[in-house]
Amino acid sequence: MFINFFHQLKSEGVPVSLNEWMTLMEALAKGLAFSSLTGFYYLARAVLIKSEAHYDRYDLAFAKHFQGLETSDDVIKHALEWLANSQPPLHVPPGERSPFANWDLDELRRQLEDRLKRQDGEHHGGSQWIGTGGTSPFGHSGYHKAGVRIGGQSVNRSAVQVAAERHYQEFRDDQITGVRSFEVALRKLRQFSTRTEGPKDELDLDGTIDATCKNAGKLKLVWERPRRNTMKVILLMDSGGSMNQYMQLCSRLFTAAHRATHFKDMRFYYFHNCIYDRIYTSPSLTSRNAVKTEDVLSSLKADYRLIIAGDASMAPSELTMRGGAIDWDMHNEQPGLFWLERLARHLPFSVWLNPIPSEHWDRTEGYYSIALIQRVFPMFELTPEGLEQALKKLKAKTK
Amino acid sequence: MSEKLSRFSGTGDYIVSEELQNSVNVAIALGRPLLVKGEPGTGKTMLAKSAAENLGLKFIIWNIKSTTKAQEGLYVYDTVQRLYDSQFGDRDVSDIKQYIRLGKLGEAFTSDEQVVLLIDEIDKADLEFPNDLLWELDIMSYFIPETGETITAKNRPLVIITSNAEKELPDAFLRRCIFHYIDFPDKAMMASIIKVHHPDLEERLMLQAMEAFYSLRNVSGLLKKPSTSELLDWVQALELGGINPDRLTHELPFLGVLLKKNQDLDRVPRNQQERGGRSKSFPYSQRG
Repeated sequence: MFINFFHQLKSEGVPVSLNEWMTLMEALAKGLAFSSLTGFYYLARAVLIKSEAHYDRYDLAFAKHFQGLETSDDVIKHALEWLANSQPPLHVPPGERSPFANWDLDELRRQLEDRLKRQDGEHHGGSQWIGTGGTSPFGHSGYHKAGVRIGGQSVNRSAVQVAAERHYQEFRDDQITGVRSFEVALRKLRQFSTRTEGPKDELDLDGTIDATCKNAGKLKLVWERPRRNTMKVILLMDSGGSMNQYMQLCSRLFTAAHRATHFKDMRFYYFHNCIYDRIYTSPSLTSRNAVKTEDVLSSLKADYRLIIAGDASMAPSELTMRGGAIDWDMHNEQPGLFWLERLARHLPFSVWLNPIPSEHWDRTEGYYSIALIQRVFPMFELTPEGLEQALKKLKAKTK
Repeated sequence: MSEKLSRFSGTGDYIVSEELQNSVNVAIALGRPLLVKGEPGTGKTMLAKSAAENLGLKFIIWNIKSTTKAQEGLYVYDTVQRLYDSQFGDRDVSDIKQYIRLGKLGEAFTSDEQVVLLIDEIDKADLEFPNDLLWELDIMSYFIPETGETITAKNRPLVIITSNAEKELPDAFLRRCIFHYIDFPDKAMMASIIKVHHPDLEERLMLQAMEAFYSLRNVSGLLKKPSTSELLDWVQALELGGINPDRLTHELPFLGVLLKKNQDLDRVPRNQQERGGRSKSFPYSQRG
């Protein structure tokens, strides 16, 4: 039952497990959907979806799957009343118990067209013509098993309508959100940084007390391995003209990274469009705060995680030619690509975050340079979800 | 558990949306924990209290802190007390049972009546915390090796868990929960919430206050958007301060009640902030 809906959810990218699906089946068997589509909508959402970030995808999948199945909830109410009044449920004719079976949208449409052609005026309270307050399938404020509402207000909004309104769009985790979600994402860089090896050289006070007590009062020392965070991060941010429109987004990442106190070391540098022999310690990019890229590199061990944030959109010459740097007075002996490759070689844990949404990467004006850079660094969108994927990538060496 | 469907439907001082009611009832019927998320101040903790009240059940709160361990919810073996007793000979130390103190989860399990157990702010604890409770919440029983005892739930408690999304919860844990995200109330809902808390409030003041409140929430870039509980406080301040509703159209008195961060206060356009001297004597400070 509804197994196609399960696949629809999967294809929208909602992580649903078979376990949860079975729970839903159990709930349906207990009648928790109250035999209405609206009830089913909320029930399935409560059981299957475990984050508000996935609500929007659920809505999309639901709207797609149950499209055309708009039933007026009045019917269900009536059916429920009948069900409540009659003792054995079999009393209700089967056709009336399943309000959205036994009808065909195309057939209804055909009939509607036909009636629109033939109807000559207002008809209210009837059973055939388009009107209000009747039992014809067409019109509004009326009652029909599976009618087509024409104008008027839906008294009870159906689940498909609720889903189609997509209230939770702003919660999607692939959408741009606040500093906080970046922070949450950055915290994940901690979980794979606790040391499982090394000497046990820290006194475990609680453990010692426990062991001593269990040892009937004779002192017994317990040692444990210190849980230090060894994660070291270097963040390189593009601070050039083309980045201005993404300024807010980048500043969120910057704020989040700044607040992250769980790294052993965190360094910030800036560049203009591409990285050459000099990078900067301040986003104003003046020669006074320029440092040699080579010096920075030699001070970094290979266990530093490199995160580059930039739109990667530049003239191909900035990447591939000597002296291609966008700043005229910054003549570079080596092309930009050389420096990028050198960085990637030196720091095998590296990612590139791009504020441009990934679906535009092959269409934006910088598509050529984006493709070139993607060959050097794995590239992710600068969204909480993209950052999360990027951090996962930072666990393993890229080359 | 009996097949009797307990129905939760909100209490006098807690307005609950139909979806949330449904989620609670689904959790009861399936015997699964209900995980509630939502903006701070949308009444997550209140939900559990109201559910207990409405269903007529005992209410147990387990407040989670960053140092809380899953074990503490099950039981604590007071070894230090036992050591003292062994040295001073107060009690019979061979009876370990008297040194086992049950935690909140154990309390909920051993209770003779069904209870509502609130595990508040589960995301405050260590990342592994929810995983450590998986088994216990699933089969509702655990084993105490020191005494060889097994604690099994007499009545499956209704477990309500709240989270502020500070940490991601493990998937295995999420799979076992019923999930509900509490939406920020719309205006109609908000009006009925205010009415419940301030029944004598002048209608016009309420409408103006809500108008101002929702437009304030729409100011982009706020670090902390004002929430329901802050609106309730603010309405009370307005009422006590005897503020004329018309004043709210061009200024916002007692803004410090709504916005708690200096940066946020700076974000709100200057002309909307208060300049008049009336509030100076009022206990709520501007920069709260």
